Amino acid sequence: MINITEHLPVLIIVISLMSAAIIPIAGRFNRHYSWYITVAVTFVSFLISISLLNRVLNTGKISYWLGGWQPPWGIEYVLDYLNIFILLIVSFIAFIVSLYARHSIEKEIAEHKISTFYSVYMLFIAGLMGMTLTGDLFNLYVFIEISSLAAYTLIAVGRKRNALMASYNYLILGTIAATFILLGIGYLYMVTGTLNMADLRELLPPLYESKVVLTAFAFFTVGLSLKLALFPLHIWLPNAYTHAPSVVSAIMAATSTKVGAYVLLRIMFTVFKVEFDLEVVPVTKILLVLSSVAIIAGSVLAIAQTNIKRMLAYSSVGQIGYIVLGAALINQTAMTGSLIHILNHAIMKGTLFLVIGAVVYKTGIEDISGLRGMGKKMPYSMAAFTIAALSMIGIPLTVGFVSKWYIAMGALNAGMWYFVPIILLSSLLTAVYFWRIIESIYFEDANTEPQNAEYSQIRNPDDAPLGMLIPTLILAGLCLFFGVAAFLPVSIAEKAASMLLGGM
Amino acid sequence: MEIVQSAKPLYAIAVSLIAVLFIAVSGKRPNLREFFTIAAAVLKFSIVVSMLPTVLAGKVIEYSLLTILPGLDISFKVDALGIFFALTASFLWIVTSFYSIGYVRSLNEHAQTRYFIFFAVALSATMGVAFSANMFTTFIFYEIITLSTFPLVAHKETPEAMKGARKYLIYLLGTSIAFQLFAIFLTYYAAGTLEFSNLGIFNNIKGEGVSDAFLIVTFILFIAGIAKAALMPLHSWLPAAMVAPTPVSALLHAVAVVKTGVFVVVKVVLHIFGVNLLAQLGLGTALAYFASFTIIVASIIALRQDNLKARLAYSTISQLSYIILGVALLTPSGITGSIMHIVLHAFGKITLFFCAGAIYVASHKTKVSELDGIGKQMPFTMAAFTLAAISMIGLPPMGGFLSKWYLIIGAIEAGQTPIIVVLVVSTILNAGYFLPIIYAAFFKEPNPEIPNPKSKIREAPVLMVASLTLTAIGVLLLFFMPSVFLELAKMIAASVTGGN
Repeated sequence: MINITEHLPVLIIVISLMSAAIIPIAGRFNRHYSWYITVAVTFVSFLISISLLNRVLNTGKISYWLGGWQPPWGIEYVLDYLNIFILLIVSFIAFIVSLYARHSIEKEIAEHKISTFYSVYMLFIAGLMGMTLTGDLFNLYVFIEISSLAAYTLIAVGRKRNALMASYNYLILGTIAATFILLGIGYLYMVTGTLNMADLRELLPPLYESKVVLTAFAFFTVGLSLKLALFPLHIWLPNAYTHAPSVVSAIMAATSTKVGAYVLLRIMFTVFKVEFDLEVVPVTKILLVLSSVAIIAGSVLAIAQTNIKRMLAYSSVGQIGYIVLGAALINQTAMTGSLIHILNHAIMKGTLFLVIGAVVYKTGIEDISGLRGMGKKMPYSMAAFTIAALSMIGIPLTVGFVSKWYIAMGALNAGMWYFVPIILLSSLLTAVYFWRIIESIYFEDANTEPQNAEYSQIRNPDDAPLGMLIPTLILAGLCLFFGVAAFLPVSIAEKAASMLLGGM
Repeated sequence: MEIVQSAKPLYAIAVSLIAVLFIAVSGKRPNLREFFTIAAAVLKFSIVVSMLPTVLAGKVIEYSLLTILPGLDISFKVDALGIFFALTASFLWIVTSFYSIGYVRSLNEHAQTRYFIFFAVALSATMGVAFSANMFTTFIFYEIITLSTFPLVAHKETPEAMKGARKYLIYLLGTSIAFQLFAIFLTYYAAGTLEFSNLGIFNNIKGEGVSDAFLIVTFILFIAGIAKAALMPLHSWLPAAMVAPTPVSALLHAVAVVKTGVFVVVKVVLHIFGVNLLAQLGLGTALAYFASFTIIVASIIALRQDNLKARLAYSTISQLSYIILGVALLTPSGITGSIMHIVLHAFGKITLFFCAGAIYVASHKTKVSELDGIGKQMPFTMAAFTLAAISMIGLPPMGGFLSKWYLIIGAIEAGQTPIIVVLVVSTILNAGYFLPIIYAAFFKEPNPEIPNPKSKIREAPVLMVASLTLTAIGVLLLFFMPSVFLELAKMIAASVTGGN
């Protein structure tokens, strides 16, 4: 009798991958089955990650040997405070978004593509979870490719022809990124002969000055910065988020760049040691500058947008800056802030994209003007939007404030007070681009121009269907819940931060 | 100091939030809806009053609601200063509610339910500021006040109203995020706590490696971050917010918004920096002169305003700086005068705004130049206006005399002769912009060239006249019987100056 709980770290990936194969088959019988399976599998994944969290909290660290092969020869899955935190975020958001997906997908995607869509969606999730769990560099590359290829596909099924272009752009840049990462892996393997991350950590220090290792590190940093869309390597992101189906924008904004950030942290702080980042290469200085520019530029560009999905995309560029800034400050407080922002931004941006998905579902309008007067017509959705927007601004009692508090405190503790004005300035800019929307939601009259006949039902107060509304409200509720009960996620993030900075 | 654990401050805050639910569901039945507003107001006031004996006995009520992060608590502390402000605000809410009902009904305002909802939220948050035990809690409620009064300022939803409301938001939210939050970060970074202390957080850690430059920068950030206090040059949101319905202006000017601003300034001066430390750094004097500038300049601008509400707005800007000036003197009498002025200005200014609203409802007049002879048509309103204006000028037997008296003594204690000159000059300026109105109202004949928007002018609805009469009597009573307020103010002054 196999003890199933022993194998949960791999099962969570296996069931997602398997379901990706089963969904198209089930969809042939009845296209609704594919949605049911997706929801069920993502829910089970979420449960598994909760149970894994329990084990990590009890034991500190789980190491799982794939097929029983001992590392560093076999592939090892390692779960510590850091990646269980990320895994929880990914699996939870995946579950919430799949719950939401049904109506939105039926409206935005041609009927015969639906079951394929869910199949690719599961591949995407499996890839992200794999990236999170693995302790092996080459395995990491494999999962990066799985999730990226799935992402290109998901973007390409968007309603308009532009989606193809956006997907193609992302494909090119994503492939460059993946190639860079693969080169980095190859170089490290060349000098150490191992692919296991823990093993590399022990073997690399004598080689820190080696040109090969430095080149490998450069490849990793650039490749991953592209994946996580760090300014100025963000250019693929706005188009991708704008033209992808709403559900895809939501899941990508909430998870995929976050996992990219996680991998960067993993490489910078566990494969390499903190001393390397501080003493050997000036990487943190470069990242500090880039992330500050990202924070301001993302917000400024967001102000200039009229398409609301594009606005949110630029806002993401800025928010990714926060995550990188917190990490590059290299101290406990700021790192905690960076990690907690991974969660917080996932919740906030998730909420915002889900609300926009509901508006698109109801009116077909993606423009900011489409939200005019919606406060009366879709009161619950708009309440969720308002909560998430206030959270993005960083009003206390919302999650946004918690991240800002930690990152600002971290900057002060690091003696770099000049990052505080940058954070505060970006809060103000965020207030500018969200408040004009809040204002038009509640204080302007709705569009009276004749609308597309397909969407005429919006004339009466009529919120999104419950299937869309409930997941949105759950996420919006979490914006408040984790803003008040901040110590829950923070306690995990703190442990993860001290692990990253202090050794395994 | 004895500490009493009690959830009463929480109840005082929550009662109007709970009322919001009832107000929202009874939106279709105005009488029931207004009943809930009044009930919440009365209940809130009685809860505040019930805490008064404990505080007067020298005790402090504390209640800790929750800890968001280590060092960031939402907790409440009812001390003399807090209850002083809470008493003023909760009492005036009752009066304002009655007045509001009269006002919105006679003008048939739209979105009345929204109006009463956000009124209640704003009052909850005001109680929150009054009872905050630390700067973090204060900041939260400060922001809630800004956000919840935005719909009130934007109430009319005309392009002009939206413009004014936007300015209001940009100034208040913008400065609080850019400067106040920055100052809070710096305070927590240096002191490791945000908990208000009687002698001042920074005073307690004096000599622990915090440089003077750091303290000065933090102080400036705090003062710049509290734009609600309308200290020049961050005052121009206040005249812009005049687009709001008059009861909102009254609430904004007398109770919730601007008083929160000066209250937080007082908190920063007394409880974050501390009297001793500021005196040492010379920052008190600097702030006093800064406030003096605002007092004089705003009064001069007020002289030139023809719009009655705008004139009152500039008068508010000037009067708020009295409060800042008093506390910046850092002497017991200065602090007493400053705190007394919170309640005295509140009663006086709310009366003046009520009068402006009554005049508007009764005659649709908004300009000072149109008010010739209106005293005969609206005798009660203009009588109340006169009483309140005398109080604003600071003449006996009106309450306003008291605070000015203490302020002058405070200036003498501090040895600041120029400040005394400022107070005298501003008194003359106050007389300059109020007395012509009174003179025109009672002694001039109506100018036939100015068309009357309404053919026959009568007193405003009885609810409104009753409210403004009540607050006018309050101004009078505060002169003869300031006992509770004066006692509280002296307690505060004694506790922050170390009992001397």
